[in-house]
Amino acid sequence: MRQSNSYTLIFMGIVTIILGFLLSIAATSLKERQEINVAIDIKKNILRSLDFPESQDEPWTTESIQTMFDKNIVSYVVDAAGEKVDGMKVEDIDPLTQRDLSPVFCKKRKGKEIEGYAVPIAGKGLWSTLYGYIALESDGITVKGITFYKHGETPGLGGEVEKEWFTQNFIGKRIIDEQSNLVGIQVVKGQVDASSENAFHQVDGISGATMTTKGLNNFLMTDLQKYEPFFKRIRTKGNS
Amino acid sequence: MALLNKKSQAVLNDPLMNNNPITLQVLGICSALAVTVKVDTAIIMTLAVVFVLSMSNTLISMLRNFIPSRVRIIVQLAIIASLVILTDQVLRAFMYEMSKQLSVFVGLIITNCIVMGRAEAFAMQNKPPQSFLDGLGNGLGYGIILIAVSIFREILGSGTLYGFQVIPSALYDSGYVNNGLMVLSPGAFIILGLIIWIQRTVYNIEEN
Repeated sequence: MRQSNSYTLIFMGIVTIILGFLLSIAATSLKERQEINVAIDIKKNILRSLDFPESQDEPWTTESIQTMFDKNIVSYVVDAAGEKVDGMKVEDIDPLTQRDLSPVFCKKRKGKEIEGYAVPIAGKGLWSTLYGYIALESDGITVKGITFYKHGETPGLGGEVEKEWFTQNFIGKRIIDEQSNLVGIQVVKGQVDASSENAFHQVDGISGATMTTKGLNNFLMTDLQKYEPFFKRIRTKGNS
Repeated sequence: MALLNKKSQAVLNDPLMNNNPITLQVLGICSALAVTVKVDTAIIMTLAVVFVLSMSNTLISMLRNFIPSRVRIIVQLAIIASLVILTDQVLRAFMYEMSKQLSVFVGLIITNCIVMGRAEAFAMQNKPPQSFLDGLGNGLGYGIILIAVSIFREILGSGTLYGFQVIPSALYDSGYVNNGLMVLSPGAFIILGLIIWIQRTVYNIEEN
């Protein structure tokens, strides 16, 4: 009886239905929470790139991230020419069809001038696509911060890109040279030679993560190029 | 431990030392190498494996008289996979940061030989309570080694323990550097090899 084909088929059918049912219940009931986690994680990274300090004794909670974000961050959409698109929200961008439109997140605390702009960056490392944000000071030149919130690089090697010791090094670097040509940020092998004339846009590398940082250099440049018209406007606005 | 009789105690205790799944059966090495860079990831991984292993053993043992023997491996795998997906989903919902760090390795519990091995070797022949203990014991036996390896790796490789700095900064100032090998998988391999060697020497175990 237990070895007959029909018993086997019926048994497998029942097992499949029960397990499938349980898993779909779990997936749907937890989905909302997971989506909140992802959304909050992105906001957290925008805040972090814009230099909102998170202290050890007071770690950020979901609520505090939400209020901090709503209070201090102004977001809008810019087109390929760096022009602000009126009446469009960041959430409305369809990344598949509207490749020219890009989101910008400004740090604007109450009663103060804009203190920085965060823009999304993404591109291939070694194994995976890295996602993050880079923030520039209000001059549109100096890096204010950089974060990565999603990647599949090797923990301890390429995965170190998300660590503070690495991202700290970006702060204060400049993305354009003396002739105001866009040069991006370059992660070098080993340590930056401080006497080099290129040191202004170079940061220390991660040992064992040459390919990851090579990818990082490339997509950072591509994404900064995309935003260059926007930042150019900011720079000229500042000078006039 | 008056709660358990002698046999049950042996079922629970054996895999912790005398018959440890990692050091003596040499199973589950892949994840032991991968998630032991830091102690906190090793602990969460241990909890995940303990949950999956004890639950899968219990469920499979409950079904052992109904599972057609021709498809028993498929049934075992379906149950194990469901439990692993469940664990992964719960981690994503409640411990998002941690699930990001463990990344693919939670999903890879499915392919952990310990889980399949215990289901096939123990749960298919024993009653649910015994099978539960067997799963618990093997999960903890796996976890002990995982945590032991991760303690060495985190101290030597990152200078921290459970995220706290343990190597004094004075040592770094005088030229000490973290051992880069320890954050790589070969570092885990070496430590694991040493643990296996020491354990086999101390307990006088010989391969026959």
